[in-house]
Formats: sequence, structure tokens, C-alpha cells
Amino acid sequence: MKPEFFRNISVRGAEFPLFVVRVPAGFPSPADDYIENTLDLNDFLIEHPAATFFVRVTGDSMTGAGINSGDILIVDRALTPRSGSIVVAILNGEFTVKRLSCVNGKIFLLPENPAYDPIEITDGSGFEVWGVVAHVIHTVR
Amino acid sequence: MKKAIALVDCNNFYASCERLFNPSIKKRPVIVLSNNDGCIVARSEEAKEIGLPFASPYFKVKHIADKHGAAVFSSNYTLYADISRRVMQVLSFFAPEMEIYSIDEAFLSLAGMNCDFTEYGRKIKKTVYKWTGIPVSVGIASTKTLAKCANHLAKKDRSITGGVLDLTCCDTGPFLEKADIGNIWGIGPAYASKLRERGVYTAADFITLDEKWVKSSMTIMGLRTLLELKGRPCISLDDAPPPKKGIVTSKSFGRLTDSLQEMEQAVSSFASRCSEKLRAQRGFASVVTVFIMTDRFKEMPQYADSLSASLPEATANTPVIIRYSIELLRRLYREGYRYKKCGVMLSGIVTGNNLQMNLFLDKGYRGEPVLMNTVDSINRVYGSGTLFYASSGIEKPWGMRRELLSPAYTTKWSDIVEIGG
Repeated sequence: MKPEFFRNISVRGAEFPLFVVRVPAGFPSPADDYIENTLDLNDFLIEHPAATFFVRVTGDSMTGAGINSGDILIVDRALTPRSGSIVVAILNGEFTVKRLSCVNGKIFLLPENPAYDPIEITDGSGFEVWGVVAHVIHTVR
Repeated sequence: MKKAIALVDCNNFYASCERLFNPSIKKRPVIVLSNNDGCIVARSEEAKEIGLPFASPYFKVKHIADKHGAAVFSSNYTLYADISRRVMQVLSFFAPEMEIYSIDEAFLSLAGMNCDFTEYGRKIKKTVYKWTGIPVSVGIASTKTLAKCANHLAKKDRSITGGVLDLTCCDTGPFLEKADIGNIWGIGPAYASKLRERGVYTAADFITLDEKWVKSSMTIMGLRTLLELKGRPCISLDDAPPPKKGIVTSKSFGRLTDSLQEMEQAVSSFASRCSEKLRAQRGFASVVTVFIMTDRFKEMPQYADSLSASLPEATANTPVIIRYSIELLRRLYREGYRYKKCGVMLSGIVTGNNLQMNLFLDKGYRGEPVLMNTVDSINRVYGSGTLFYASSGIEKPWGMRRELLSPAYTTKWSDIVEIGG
């Protein structure tokens, strides 16, 4: 049996023409007026397509890191989590997004909102880093 | 140069895919059901331990699943195909040549690589898990059949092997003794029971057999298996399989039906799917078979039959195949029964250069190959079922039942995972 392949996760219609002209003032030179290339957001946002997943955030514990409820996170599992990385973690059977912190051999999941308390990981059995958050997509409309 | 092939196989693939996006079921038994939530097609290790048998009808073992709090899912093929694509993409980084063997298995050629294969296999396993979240087992050996064997043993003795077993550097004998004849790649259940009657229980027993006897009683395919187990490569990577002898599309209805019209729609839709598969392998079919059956698990009047038609000329034209399929169905259909399943099979498949033309055939019969190619390419680009035949029906009340379907986590924006922050 050969598998049926679906095309890669693609941001549809994400090819924006890149103009090389700069317009500080006055008229653009007609000679510069050609399309050089197209920009694909996938190139910019997705380093490892096979390892990249999208998830949506609910809750406000990370607003200080610019992650708001309803935002979409681009999670790259190929990245190695380090102290300071924002990660999607599994804690006691549930997903959560927090900043990972390793201090003096202790592991913490830190919220970025004073209304929430840091979580110290004391029992490793229910804890796992699922992936590292690489980008946040926040819609301003 | 040492010849080495790795077989990488995903562990309990469908169950692992479901777990990836559902951490709450990490420690619970997980089972995945076939189309229409009929039989168990995938089990996590925990589900195997509580004795849920593979392929058993779900309703028969539901009480066991409920007792142990098993998580039960309908097959989410969209999700599995996307995760499979990711796994294969990661695997492609590890070898210059690779053959995707099924949705959850691939052969990698490690020929000419100068490294510790066990170490390399562990690296493959670790990377695939890190990138995609899917656990795999790796078997490495000098032939494809031995690699299959190694993979099986790597899985079976996971506590010792850690899921990776390399047979290239050691005597394969002791390992072949552990490989049951029924689990050897290329030996089907019929040959396996025939061999057991002759006292051949393991791969080690099998390789002591006389090559001539194996060739005469198990065909050249059996001989290839024998030689491969002895470490002589006979099946190369990407050995294109011969065109399939028969193509079947068949599904159970979401609910029992006695309506001929609904069944005509189903048969028409299966016929067009079959024709698509036929064209994908550049074949032409000479025989169309339709079969129908009632639900054998229910206490009600039972009826099952099939009927074939040989076509005046081998064809890959969807309208022709639909016309014959519907005519066959009308002849099979009996009133007073409630049907569970029907299917269409194409056989007598020949390739273009073996096509026997019929001199007396009306030109209209052949149809337009250009039209078929156009339909196929539109459906390839815009998704299967974008263009379909009206005879297949639009609402499809007979469609599949998937009551326990998980979201399309990776292919639909509305279905991506929600995470508490």
C-alpha cells in the first residue's frame, strides 16, 4: 500500500510580490519597476516543515511575552528547548504554554502575567516538553 | 562495500498519532476502529496488554475496552496521512535512497555508510520521535526480508534492543530461530500453515529447506524469500511492484439500507474510485465485478452474492466502468434485504502495450482519455471528490459512519489543538 500524501501545510495565497524599489519621496524609477521575487511566509516562519505544528492559545498567562488568548503559535519540535525558551509542555495530561526555566538544577514553568504563579516541576513523570514555540501569529483586527 | 538496508516502522502508528495531540490518553489504552467503527485496526501497547484482539469487531469487545477506560477513535486518515508524510520526510534525511513501503513503514538504503549501524538506527529513532512525536522501531540487515525480520524482533524484545536491532555485524542464526514462520515477510498465512505441517516453524527451519523444493512449491517468490533470509539480496529497493492483479474499492454503509437507489450511488462512487486507481497504475481492466452483502452480525435475512462482466475491450474509462457496475448491481439486487456492504472489483488488468483492441467496437465506447486525465488532475490538485459523477449522488446518506473521529489537527485551521496559556 502506498500512502496518499497531502500537500504540505501551506499558508494559502501567501505569495506577496517583493518590489525592490524604495520610495523615499518623489517618483519611483521605472527601471526598478519590476517584480524581483515573491515572498513566501513559509520560508520565513517555518524552518523545519516536518516538525512544525500550529496550535491555538486560550488563556492569558503569557500576555507579557506577547501571547494573547486566540493567538496561533508556530511550534517547532526540531528545536531543542533551553532555559528561557517558550515551550508547549505537557503537564499532568494537559497542554500548556509557558517559559521554561532551569535554575540550580530545578525546572520551572514560568507564566508571564503577575496574576499567575510559577510552577516548579518536582515530579518528572507527568512533565514533557512537546515543542518549542518559534513564532506567534497575532491578528490585530 | 557492505550492503545494508534499514526498515523503519512506526509503533502502533494510528494510536500514536491520536496520542500526539491528546496528552490525557498517554497512559490509557488507545484503540482505533476501521471504517464505520467496525473492527479494531490499531492498538496501543496498553490495549494489547488488556487483551483487545486485533481486527475483532468492536461491539464484541466494547465491554473490555470500557472496563479499562480505553480511548476509542474512528480512523482519522487525514491526520494519519499528514503525520506519515512528516515521518517520511524526516527519514529521507538519513539515507540517499528510500522506499516508502506503506503509510507507516519505509526501507532506507544504508549502503556504503561507514558507521555503527546500531548507533545510526538509534539516531533515526530519536530524531523521528523528537520531530514528529511518533515512536519507531528500526531493523537493519543485509536484505529487505532480513531487515523486516530484524525490525520485528527489535519491537518484540524492546526492553533489550531499545527498538533498534542491527543484524549486519553478527551471525543471524540465533535471531532467525526466534522469528516465527508466520511473521516472515513474503510468506502468507496459507504457505505458513503448509510449512508448519512439514515441521518448519521458524525462519531458521525455513532456510534449511532445499532451494529446488521451495521454488517448485512456493514459486520464485518463495525462493527469493529463502535467499534473502540467507543474506543474498534478491529484492532491490523500490522494486516496482507488478501492476496489481485486482483493484477493489468496498466500504460498509454507515447504516443498513434496502434502497436500490442508494446502493447505485455507492457502487457508482466505488466504480469511479477504482477507475482512478486503475489509471494511476496505467492499467486497463477487462473484468468488472460487483458484490453486495447483508450484515452477518445481525439476526435478519442474509444474502450475499457477486456478479462479473467481461468488458468488450479493456478500459480505464470511468463512465464505462460505472455503467457496467450499475447494471451488475441491478441484477444482483434482491428486495426484502437490508444491505450492509457493497464493492466493486476490477480485474484482468493489462498495461497499455498489452491492450487487445476490439475491431467491432463502437468508437463512443472507448470514451475520451483526455477527459479522464483532466478529471484526475483536477481531483489531485483540488482534493479527491472535487469533480464526481452525478450517479454517485450528492448527499451520500450511505456514507461512512465515524462517530468517534478526532479533529483534523494538522490540516484544518478550525481543528488545530487548543492550548491553555
